[in-house]
Amino acid sequence: MENNVAIQLKGITKTFGEVIANNNVDLTVYRGEVLSILGENGSGKTTLMNMIAGIYYPDAGEIIIDDEAVSIRSPKDAFSHHIGMIHQHFKLVDVFSAADNIILGEEFKGFNIKTEEAAIRAAHKKENEEFEAYVPEEHTGILSYMTAPKFHTEKETKRKIAALPFIKLKKHIQFGWLARNRAQVLQSIANKYGFEIDLKKKIYDMSVSEKQTVEIIKVLYRNADILILDEPTAVLTPQEIKKLFAVLRRMREDGKSIIIITHKLNEVMEISDRVAVLRKGEHIATVNTSETNEQELTEMMVGKKIELNIDRTEPHDVEDRLIVENISSTSHDGVKVLDNVSFTARSGEILGIAGIAGSGQRELLEAIAGLQKLNAGDIWYFDPTKENEKVDLRSKSPVQIRNMGVRLSFVPEDRLGMGLVGNMDLIDNMMLRSYNKGKTMFLDRKSPKTLAETIVDDLEVVTPSTHTPVRRLSGGNVQKVLVGREIAAAPTVLMAAYPVRGLDINSSYTIYNLLNDQKEKGVAVIFVGEDLDVLIDLCDRIMVICGGKITGIVDGRSAKKDEIGLLMTNNTKMTEDVIESMIEEG
Amino acid sequence: MFWTFLQRSIRFSTIFLYGATGEIITEKSGHLNLGIPGIMCIGAVGGVIGESLYLKSLADISNINGFAAVFVPIIFAMLFAALAGLLFSFMTVTLRCNQNVTGLTITTFGIGFIGFYMNRIDKTNFGIASTYFTNGFPCAADAGWFGQMFLSYGTLVYLAIIIAVIAAVVIKRTRTGLNLRAVGENPATADAAGINVTKYRYIATIVGSAFAGLGGLFYIMDYLGGNIEYSVDTYGWMAVALVIFSVWKPNWGILGSILFGALYIAPNYLNVSFSQKELVKLIPYVVTIIVLIITSIVNKRESQPPAALGTSYFREER
Repeated sequence: MENNVAIQLKGITKTFGEVIANNNVDLTVYRGEVLSILGENGSGKTTLMNMIAGIYYPDAGEIIIDDEAVSIRSPKDAFSHHIGMIHQHFKLVDVFSAADNIILGEEFKGFNIKTEEAAIRAAHKKENEEFEAYVPEEHTGILSYMTAPKFHTEKETKRKIAALPFIKLKKHIQFGWLARNRAQVLQSIANKYGFEIDLKKKIYDMSVSEKQTVEIIKVLYRNADILILDEPTAVLTPQEIKKLFAVLRRMREDGKSIIIITHKLNEVMEISDRVAVLRKGEHIATVNTSETNEQELTEMMVGKKIELNIDRTEPHDVEDRLIVENISSTSHDGVKVLDNVSFTARSGEILGIAGIAGSGQRELLEAIAGLQKLNAGDIWYFDPTKENEKVDLRSKSPVQIRNMGVRLSFVPEDRLGMGLVGNMDLIDNMMLRSYNKGKTMFLDRKSPKTLAETIVDDLEVVTPSTHTPVRRLSGGNVQKVLVGREIAAAPTVLMAAYPVRGLDINSSYTIYNLLNDQKEKGVAVIFVGEDLDVLIDLCDRIMVICGGKITGIVDGRSAKKDEIGLLMTNNTKMTEDVIESMIEEG
Repeated sequence: MFWTFLQRSIRFSTIFLYGATGEIITEKSGHLNLGIPGIMCIGAVGGVIGESLYLKSLADISNINGFAAVFVPIIFAMLFAALAGLLFSFMTVTLRCNQNVTGLTITTFGIGFIGFYMNRIDKTNFGIASTYFTNGFPCAADAGWFGQMFLSYGTLVYLAIIIAVIAAVVIKRTRTGLNLRAVGENPATADAAGINVTKYRYIATIVGSAFAGLGGLFYIMDYLGGNIEYSVDTYGWMAVALVIFSVWKPNWGILGSILFGALYIAPNYLNVSFSQKELVKLIPYVVTIIVLIITSIVNKRESQPPAALGTSYFREER
């Protein structure tokens, strides 16, 4: 097994300021295997992989490839050691075509004049020897002349050698020139590997899955033998994940080593041969996947036993809180993003929204929050503090909605873009909701500070202090701060879009429990999720959206995954049939 | 009359074209070098110093060599401007200073630099040396309107167009250009693809600055005929505007600069009052604003500025 080692890490340590990202990590990767790296947010998985890929340089420890300690100082060095990384946020230039992204940064493969010279000399010498050994009797006439080996004089050899620098220059220029048919050449390579993709397409026109394919072709094109994938499945649909795994298996059979970082335990079990678990920057253990189970892995990852069950209670005191009637909206490109959407959100209940990413979930929530312009339809809110007085929310700005006393909380998908300000610290971010409170013209900083401290304590946010800019926190902690702030506003409607995206298991369940607590308190919770298992476990009702249309609302307790999946993948024909049959019946 | 006007426009446009080509190369690497007006001034001073040194080295003015009288100032202008570009790159890439502030500082410095040197340079025989810059092809006078249009310019005018065309081809059609564009669009991606972002940014800025410096030299030695009396920074700002006008394409920059040049000298050919002339001179800026509006309405990804324009890149940033 020893000579099968692809790459070995010994005692790798990396610190960022005072934060220890990796501490004395040992790891071995073999050829022809899929190794999963598992760990909570901030456990140093990505940092570790970035050190192999040349993005970061370790403070201590060594990386061994082919029994030799190597120094990987830049991604270029990583390529020369046949290491390729597919980052979580794709490293692609949007305005370039896929083909241009693939050839980007490729280097001229040296044309060594000395070796070429030796080759010419050897070839000429060989032919000259053949010439001397040649017996002309074998053939006669013109045929003998044509098949006779040629004699090369010294002058001829010298002339050929003298031309070599010019040949090198010519090849260099040829390489440097972007041929018009470059996309076709690459396309044939991609087709050979079985990738279905149009390489002439610009990256900004591509779906997430296509972009990922481009990334994979890119590292393969660069002859990578060790592939690192950082959370490749986070944004893919189940079908796309299946396709990706098929590709990965094929590459494993080719003898490539694949390192995959993921949070999803079922994927770890499905794809990997071995699992390495990291916790707080330290390597806990590496186990064979076949000899372990999800529960054990979770315990290793978190360091304690945790419950992986969502405690769903029966809703009580259910009242209509928010009624959305036939709303429609178009994006600035004139594309219909919401098409005649109607539903009711009830207090004390979690309404799940399922759908393929980009089906209008974001627009729907933004419409309710007053951020999306509506072409038609109504949004009604029933104010529990005023005996369920009916309030019109349509075409109101967020400030107007707040001034009407509507307690609406929104956890947007884009945490650092819409939810929090990355460069501001925790306290200032708390103040975004309370800046206009207080009696004097000066800001009240005390209560936000208390709130920030409460959130840090209650939700176990890992941060050096409440004065740390939130962009320095890891994804899970950012999410906790955001959810904590929104919940602290004591909402009557809580809307959360992908609140667990990119979060580890422990943090995810913390968030689920927070949502459940809110439900208990009689809040109408709207939860947009991507993991169907979670939606089925957590939600009381699940609404499925597809292409801006509601394709169905199912009961969370009796729903089947297949049934939701069918509704998610635009089954317009079926819904039309259903409507027709309903018309016939009713 | 029309041919004269067009010929003068093209000649005048050379000042903008050098600045714009240089700034496009720089901006393609993600550097917003607002020091271009200053760098053009510095290049002008450098070229004039070079010319002065050359003329002093001659025992007698009749020994003057036309090639050297043009070549030496070109080298000096490029060298001085490149040094300013090096300073800018060192500040923004290595020390990660704010690009706008650094650029404006260099502009302020350059204007002061040319102001300082204007009266200190020994300008003896500059008039003679200038003729070697302004002379076109000898056959130009015999070729009628064609000669006037295409053959009557000085060396630097042709050089400007050649540089712009080569820059356009390199940016669009070669791997070097592809890598350069990637650095300007998304330095993190370029870095991950194995491109040396620091190297590309340094070289693009230095080369771009060197070309821009020639614009200053052209203005003094060719357009003003060797009189170093006016600063060139006003035209430097026009060059920066021209970059936007030409949507970051050097080949469009050639046409754009001719249009700008025509609009700029048009008042002299119109029978209007002095104050109205100043108004006409505003047109290039108005046109630039219109182009900005149009490109943002069309919202085509390819006609947008390089995405990473104005930002510093540091690999280990978290």
